Amino acid sequence: MNSMKIIFDAKPYNEAFARLAISGFLLYKDPSINDMEDIKTAVSEAVTNSIIHAYDNEGLIELSCEIDENKVKIIVEDFGKGIENIEIAREPMYTSKPDCERSGLGFTIMESFMDKIEVSSIVGKGTKIIMYKDLM
Amino acid sequence: MVKCEYLKDVYIVKISGDIDHYTSEIIKKEIYKNTNRYIKDMIMDLSDVDFMDSSGIGMVLGRYKEVKDKDGRLALVGVKGNMERIFNMSGLYKIVSKFDSIGQAFIEWGIYNE
Repeated sequence: MNSMKIIFDAKPYNEAFARLAISGFLLYKDPSINDMEDIKTAVSEAVTNSIIHAYDNEGLIELSCEIDENKVKIIVEDFGKGIENIEIAREPMYTSKPDCERSGLGFTIMESFMDKIEVSSIVGKGTKIIMYKDLM
Repeated sequence: MVKCEYLKDVYIVKISGDIDHYTSEIIKKEIYKNTNRYIKDMIMDLSDVDFMDSSGIGMVLGRYKEVKDKDGRLALVGVKGNMERIFNMSGLYKIVSKFDSIGQAFIEWGIYNE
């Protein structure tokens, strides 16, 4: 069992940092290029969601990861506005910001690139996304 | 990150590095930064892109809308890996064409590279 947790500012340029952090942490497991790409993409989507939607101004994002044998569990959590209706937010093509050139496919990509995702949110408290993937 | 040039009046945009929510805003500005010419047909070369998330869909669709308003065309070349999966999921290929190379796009579009 190996674990890590990082906390960083919810700023757009930290999306690349989050991807590099998760891929750096997983490196010793020597994952396949496909698994690594899938995980980086899913983390990028989750972190981007928090950056765009969680805060009006400044805020923090917590990224943590646990590795047990080949099982990877990743948690992306923010402490912002929360999501009122998770079911609607998870629908493909749904975006609460249609003017921003966003596709509304973030959750769809997380779901299809990872084995399983769980979303929990409390309005005014924040949103937590837990993602699971077994490395090949 | 973004290199642009005209080839036979087609605006070729070569993107390298990562396409995410942060960089897509920068790329969008870079595409039009050094040109005053009328852009009609555009080819986006993605062969040197290392990473793309769903932000790439909006970035491509935004440019598609702009060229379409001028009756222009948009094509993608160099699509690979997860990028292909993401574009397929989005249904983007219903309106934006994808080719193996710039040369092939020119042939399909009836433009010859002399």
